[in-house]
Parts: sequence; C-alpha cells; structure tokens
Amino acid sequence: MKFTWFNLMPWPYLPDDFREKHRSVWVDIPNTLYDPRKGHHVYHTYLDQLEYAETLGFDGIGCNEHHQNGYGLMPSPNLIAATLARRTSRAALCVIGNSIAGYNPPIRVAEEFAMLDVISGGRLIAGFPVGTPMDTNFCYGQIPALTRDKYREAHEMIMKAWASEEPFAFDGKYNQLRWVNCWPKPIQKPHPPIYIPGGGSIETWDFCLDYDYNYSYLSFFGYLRGKSLLDGYWERVAKRGKDDSPYRAAFAQIICVADTDAEAERLYAEHVLYFFNRCLHVFPPFADPAGYRTMATIKHGALAQLTLARQKILENLTWKQLIDERFIIAGSPETVRQQLEECIKGLRIGHLFCLFHNGNMPDWKTRHSSKLFAEKVMPHLRDLWPEWKHDERWWMHPMDDRLRPEERRPGAEQSGAEWSR
Amino acid sequence: MKWQVVETKKGTRCRVLEGGSGAPLLFLHSAGGLLRDNPFLDRLAQRYHVLAPEWPGYGESTGEELLEDMLDFTLHGWDLVDALGLRHPHLVGHSMGGMIAAEMACLAPREVGKLALASPAGLWLDEHPIPDIFAMLPYQLAEVLFHDPAAGQALLTGGADLSDMDALKDFYLSSQRRLTMAGKILFPIPNRRLSKRLYRLTAETLLVWGASDRLIVPAYAGHWQALIPGARVEMIEAAAHMLPYEQPEAFARVLSSFLG
Repeated sequence: MKFTWFNLMPWPYLPDDFREKHRSVWVDIPNTLYDPRKGHHVYHTYLDQLEYAETLGFDGIGCNEHHQNGYGLMPSPNLIAATLARRTSRAALCVIGNSIAGYNPPIRVAEEFAMLDVISGGRLIAGFPVGTPMDTNFCYGQIPALTRDKYREAHEMIMKAWASEEPFAFDGKYNQLRWVNCWPKPIQKPHPPIYIPGGGSIETWDFCLDYDYNYSYLSFFGYLRGKSLLDGYWERVAKRGKDDSPYRAAFAQIICVADTDAEAERLYAEHVLYFFNRCLHVFPPFADPAGYRTMATIKHGALAQLTLARQKILENLTWKQLIDERFIIAGSPETVRQQLEECIKGLRIGHLFCLFHNGNMPDWKTRHSSKLFAEKVMPHLRDLWPEWKHDERWWMHPMDDRLRPEERRPGAEQSGAEWSR
Repeated sequence: MKWQVVETKKGTRCRVLEGGSGAPLLFLHSAGGLLRDNPFLDRLAQRYHVLAPEWPGYGESTGEELLEDMLDFTLHGWDLVDALGLRHPHLVGHSMGGMIAAEMACLAPREVGKLALASPAGLWLDEHPIPDIFAMLPYQLAEVLFHDPAAGQALLTGGADLSDMDALKDFYLSSQRRLTMAGKILFPIPNRRLSKRLYRLTAETLLVWGASDRLIVPAYAGHWQALIPGARVEMIEAAAHMLPYEQPEAFARVLSSFLG
C-alpha cells in the first residue's frame, strides 16, 4: 500500500452562519471572507504539515486544484508543489492535478510538470482531472458540452510534447501551435505516473485503461458509497482484459485517529462537521451544468446524482452518522485499522489519499492524528497486497543521486558545485 | 399545424412544425425549445407559411454533435432553409433563436425577407449583465423568464406531473440535452461577437421586447437599435422574456403588421 498525505487547504475562518447567509462555498463565495494576512499563516501551517508528513513516513504528499473555493486554497497546485520540491526529498509529490481543459495553451502544464519533476529529482505524480464543473465551467469559462473534447486534445498535446524529441506542429481544434518543443523535459521516462481523478463518469474508466493510467476516485463520502463505483471500474478492467493490480486505483478518505473512539469524537467532531456543513455547501446548479456530464453518464445514474439530495444529507449531519455511514474513518488506532482494511480490500485500491486535516482543524490536532496513524495504523496496512508488492507502474521513479535541498544551508558553499557534475 | 422531418445536407435530422400558407416564415425557438403548445405559431399560420424547426438536441431532432460553434449554428439555419426549399423567408427568432436568425441575416443578407427578433440574445452590456441561466434552480428560471412565474412554470413543464419520478427524470434529461446544445453558443456569456457583423444587415428589422423582461432587460433593445440603423422596436406589456408564449395574440399582431 502507498499512503499519500493530502491537504485540501480549506479556509478555516468561514463564519458559523455561512450556510444560512451564503448560497455557495464555491464560485460566488464572497471574497471579503478571505483575509490575506490570516492567509499568510494558513498557507505556512498547511505547507509545514505536508513537510511534516514526509518525516512521518508517508509515501507521498498531495495537493490539488480548485478555484474560487472556500475549502481549497490552491488555484495553482504547482506553486504548492514547487515549495515542497525544495523542502522535501523523499516523498512523491502528488499533484492531483491540473485541470488541463482550462489551460491555454496546455503546453504550459507539460512545462510546469516537467519543471516540478526536474526540481524534485523525479518525484512528480501528475494528475490530469477534467476538472469539476465549478472550476472548469463556471470559474474558468469552458463550455460544458465541449469540455471533454478539449480535455482530450490537451492531454494529447501534453503527452506528445513529453514524448517527442523534435519540435512538432500541433493543429488542434482548440489549440494551434506551430512549434511544440517541451523544454525542460521530465526526468521520469516515458513520463511521470499519470493519475486521473474521476467522479462517476464512465468515459473516464476507458480513458484510464486505454493509456494504463491510475484511476483516482476522490470522494468525501467514504467507501460504502464508493463501492458500487469502484466495482463498476473493476468490472470494466476485467472486460478490457487488463490485470487487476490494485495500484490501478486510488481512493481519498477522511481519517481521524485518537487514543480512543470517544477521544476522536471529542477532538475532531467539530472540525469534520465544519468541513461537511460549510465547506461542501455548494449551490447545486454549479455542480451540474448541462453538457458537463455526457448523456450516457446521466442515464447511468440520472437522479442519484441530483445534488439537491446530497445537500439535504449535509444539512443535519451528526458525528454518529458520519461514522455509521463511513463517510469518515475515525477512532482509536485499532478501529481505524479495521475499517481501513475493509475499505482498502473492499475497493481494491493500492493508493490511499489520506485526509487528516479537515475544515478548521488546528495544527496540533492534525499532527496528532497523522502521527498516531503513521505509528500505529500504517505499519499494519502496508502489506495488504503481497502478490503485487513489486508493482511500481503507478509510482514515482526518482533519481538515486538527487539533491536534498532541504538539508542545505542557503549561502553555504556547496562542494563540487561544478556544472560538469 | 403538422410535424414533418427533414434531413440537412450536413446530416442532421430535424423535426419541423409546419402550417399555413403565404410568405415563408422561419421561426427559430429559444434555448428552452418549442413548448408543448405554441399558440402564437397557430396565429401566424393564418397569414404565413410557418416553419418552426426543432434544433438538433431538441425534441426529436438529432445531429447535435455536428454543430459546435456559432458558425455551425448559423450555417445549420441556412441548411434548413435549403432542405425545406424556402426562398427569401422571413426570419423570426426568439432569444437564442434571435441570435441565430441575426447571424444568418449577417451571413447572407440578400437571402432574407424581413428579420424579426424577439428579445434576442447575442449582445452583452456590462451595465446590464444577463443572469446566468446555466446556474439556476428550476423555480428561479421561471422567475427570471416570465411576467407571471407561476403560470410560466406550468408552461415550461408542459403540464407534466413532476412528483412522478419517471416524469421528473424525463424532464431533467430533455432539459439537460437542450441546454447542452444551447451552451455551445450561450455559455458562459451569450456573446459570440455578433455586434461586429450587424453592419451587414440589409433586411428590414423589427425588435420585439417584453416590457418586464428580467433576463435580457429592455435596455438591450436600444443597444440593438443603435447597431441596426432603421430598426423598429415594439414593446409588449405584461410580458417578460417568454413574450411569444405570454402574449401570443399581441405578439402575432405586432409581427403581422411588420411583415405585412
């Protein structure tokens, strides 16, 4: 198993009456609620936590892209990853990812990801989400019906740019570049591992399997609800005649560890509820513009996806419900271990994106929970897939002789700092 | 009036509501499509040969994947004129249909009889931002579209009982399909630079507006008029954005006196 410590970077100062006063945490959230001076401290706290996760032994540290979003302070995850590239040297940098349909021209993503891979010594894991409708359509103005087509074209350009050893012309429908010539190029060959975060679009499964990319199901609603979706994915894997390595799939899970189950509630309940009640308060039409989901996907799940129903669920959530319905996995190390094993085996996943920081959780609680997990839970879950132990197809392949910039003092003379090295 | 199906040279299959006799009149519907009842068309059919196609992606018309941008939409309009064998039709367009009709007339000004635009989309004024129809709950849509939202809601659902899950599902699916198509020329801002092309118009032009239009407010009528020298403006009282449906009699009367 590979464990990645993920921070969504929520804004921790949403007011108590946020739900009543505002219709959405995303897209049209009043930006007067953001205070840049507090933001300075928030960013550094979150970045410190990601760096701390590496010292705890997590395999990866992760960030993602959201825009105009009260629970995601990373319009540019690449900036976050760039700071981490200089302050860490062992963990994979999981950027899950860049919503490539919104980049103009998409070669920018090929370049920035290459920069990150080179600076980090080959530690990048590159995510290519279609992007949520909030981000890609409402904030970044892409036409819903054409978003997937534009995504496919952007993907084609980026992969070709990484693979090609000569400048080439790209005559796309949405992007025309006479001279595509990626410079710099990534260390990892043929390219960094590619992760495709998906919701429930069935087209995404085939896309992952066409190229052997990792399929990441990023849900906040836990493994009981994720099961039918992942089952569908694995059925598709079998139908396509692919091997069923669990490393083909990743899942995101909110996790809270304390000494006892009761202590977990006492320490974390208010912060997790802050996340569900305030951070997921999205105006439903922003989540489902006509054309974003294909007609095939809508027919597959039509009304089950109607987000008004989801909003109703969120209104009166309790800690007990969150636990009973397994939206979150919280409790003593033993409780968490048991439930996570059920989650990992039930979904057949080799990668877990662990969400320890939730809502307005203070730094010390986040670290406490992460540390308990690293020491008392993670070791017991490491070897759940012994038969796939050596499957590294969806993990980073860094340089052995990479630098450790976090150990170097600025201004100190570097021995052997010759370009010829 | 009767339905017929035509196939365009490009390969779309479109259902067309046809009736009446006289000068040919092509009516292009709004982003919401033709509703179950279209009494204003019945009235117009008493004087004209009315043809009201359903755009690909609407109702039983197919081929939506063949149309992606404004030029595709505009040419599709002319492809329909060809497929229906019309000569110099009057073009009448409502909202999104008005935007398409105006584009058609800019592209081929000499092929048009007269041009009538009912609260057309296609222009943008920063001081009057058009509400985002792609980010609305169903009841909000009725409020922004109709002078009388309660009556409007019933018109939009065509009398379907939405407490029935299957009816709700059908309504949701067809409305998603329609707006998927409309989004190609209306999302995120319904402006595809038509204003640069309006100088080409030669047809006599009428602008009809609902006096209480909250979607594309009547201030837009003045903007259109400024861009089309000689265009006439008619305001219809007790009507909002869905004026053809809200005041079918007045709407047909205003059109008839303009088209002659």
